[in-house]
Amino acid sequence: MAIPDWLKKLNLLHMPEEGGVHDRYRILRRNMIILMILITLIPLLLMAFVNYHEYRSALKDEILNPLRVLVNKTKHSFELFLAERLSTVSFISSAYTFEELANENTLNHIFRVMKREFRGFVDIGLIDAKGIQISYVGPYDLKGKDYSEQSWFHEAQVRGSYISDVFMGYRKFPHIVIAVQHRTTTGQTWVLRATVDTEKFDDLIASMGLDTESDAFLLNRSGVFQTPSKFYGDVLEQFPLNLPPVSYEANVLELIDTKGRDVFMAYAYFIHPAYILAVVKPRTDVLRTWYTLKSELAIVFLISVVVIILVIFKLSDLLIRRIRESDEKREAAFREIQHTHKLSSIGRLAAGVAHEINNPMAIVNEKAGLMKDLIEYSADFPDKPKFTALVDAILQSVQRCRSITHRLLGFARRMEIQIEVLDLNDVIKETVTFLEKEALYRNLDLRLELDDDLPRIASDRGQLQQVFLNILNNAFAAVEDGGMVAVTTWEKDLDTVAASIADNGTGMSEETLKHIFEPFFTTKGGKGTGLGLPITYGIIKKLGGDIEVQSKEGKGTTMTVYLPKKPKETVGG
Amino acid sequence: MHEWKVLLVDDEEEFVTTLAERLRLRGIPVRTSTDGEEALRMIETDPPQVVVLDVLMPGLGGLEVLKRIKADFRKVKVILLTGQGSTWDGIQGMRMGVFDYLMKPLNINELIEKIREAMNAYGED
Repeated sequence: MAIPDWLKKLNLLHMPEEGGVHDRYRILRRNMIILMILITLIPLLLMAFVNYHEYRSALKDEILNPLRVLVNKTKHSFELFLAERLSTVSFISSAYTFEELANENTLNHIFRVMKREFRGFVDIGLIDAKGIQISYVGPYDLKGKDYSEQSWFHEAQVRGSYISDVFMGYRKFPHIVIAVQHRTTTGQTWVLRATVDTEKFDDLIASMGLDTESDAFLLNRSGVFQTPSKFYGDVLEQFPLNLPPVSYEANVLELIDTKGRDVFMAYAYFIHPAYILAVVKPRTDVLRTWYTLKSELAIVFLISVVVIILVIFKLSDLLIRRIRESDEKREAAFREIQHTHKLSSIGRLAAGVAHEINNPMAIVNEKAGLMKDLIEYSADFPDKPKFTALVDAILQSVQRCRSITHRLLGFARRMEIQIEVLDLNDVIKETVTFLEKEALYRNLDLRLELDDDLPRIASDRGQLQQVFLNILNNAFAAVEDGGMVAVTTWEKDLDTVAASIADNGTGMSEETLKHIFEPFFTTKGGKGTGLGLPITYGIIKKLGGDIEVQSKEGKGTTMTVYLPKKPKETVGG
Repeated sequence: MHEWKVLLVDDEEEFVTTLAERLRLRGIPVRTSTDGEEALRMIETDPPQVVVLDVLMPGLGGLEVLKRIKADFRKVKVILLTGQGSTWDGIQGMRMGVFDYLMKPLNINELIEKIREAMNAYGED
């Protein structure tokens, strides 16, 4: 099966890699939803479609059958009625001789009996082979009338009998004419003609028991009403719709009538006379059951669709969230590995560089030292103070290089961790002593809020001193003279103790915060190496702990160190 | 007080000669070598009390020289110089019986102090 272009464009199964992270999950979610909706709703739609049509045809048959039966039954009643009248006329024309019938007294007698026994006869007349009315009993004066030119007379002569279409006759009632030709053994022919009113037609139609919305009527083959219709016209008017195709068995058509209603027309053609019986029923009426069922089907379908879509949306959201979470976890782990890798390769590089620089630096140091020695040891060196100052400047620079290379090497070294049971408060107190002088000199408010009940932990004293020295150095660098630095310790939970160093210094921007643990990132300009916090971070991680930074520009920074009470298994490798 | 007998071993000639001159200026007689093999021969012919030894040297490395000294001349005190600055070298050296270690670039006074301590330790043995 060829995949349509629009589906290719959607590319539902493709996980987009480019674009923003947000976009990527949005597109994935969209694709998932579309795909799931397609695979659930298409079968549902198909089922609903098939069911709908199955039900409809089954129900239609069931509902329309009674209509057919009714038409057939009524048609038979009509045929029976007409056949009866035809038989009567036929019987009379056979039972009596031409002469008897030509006698108006006899004919009158016969007519009275006919009227008594059979309803609907209006008049009767005898017409000879030439088409002249010989005798007549009825309300008109038709004796002697010449019918030879009339078509019904010819038809009766050719076919032996004739039943006319309805016409308006005596007392403005619709009538039909029944004519029967009789031929004696001697070859003499005559036609007996009777008029019948069609009141009985109305009775037959009324007996169908139709409701007010339905209609039944008789048409001739030219579409002229033989009985009045409720909706489409009176007797002898033209039926406004096309005639249905010929069918002598009851048949049902769906059509739209002159009032714009959807209707069923059940009909049957008569063989003789050429009438059509039709029953018209509005579809809404006939199919009321079907409409109820249909709306129930539609409601069930709609509810299913809504439920499916809701479930799909919920499910997709859940799935996408799970995927996103696991992606993020993976990315975080990946970043961690990358970070560690970066640190270790930078460490190796730093060690190499430091070593290479240390040797020439040692030579510079000794040469300058010797120069100083020579200047100092010679009593009468010209410009002694100036040279001494110059050499001191060189030595100081060497000293600076030395401290940088040593820190670089310190960053790179993989010292064995020496675990001992220690009191974190003691470590902090010891570390603070290194800085007390500076605090005093700069009039800093150095607060120690140490938890006296802090449990002892197993960790590395030297490394922890390095950690706190680094963090405190940063805090001291961040505050103005007279600023505040507070060190707090507490027991965080059963397995962890925590120490925070808070200052009310300059704080850091979001951007700076992102980079503080990266090697060589510094805000101290030429003064910093950019290694203090990466070393700190490395040590804390090695000790199985964690570090957290909160900072607001202009407000200050709080660094919190979490340390396990017992080092993890991996520590010390 | 014993007579000062110090041997300075480092592959950087400029470094050893200059440092030796500075020590001599301060009244400490020093011999120098820029090569591990040569240093060992010098120790053999006239054992010093203190050897100041660079760890990282081409050919026979500092730790190797240290091992030989400790094997053949137990009394000789060794001060290790590490350019690497790595405490690992220090720890390794300590395990191998080094007297102490210093990191380059040196502080001359610190070195003299260490040498003095080593001399005293040598005397006490």
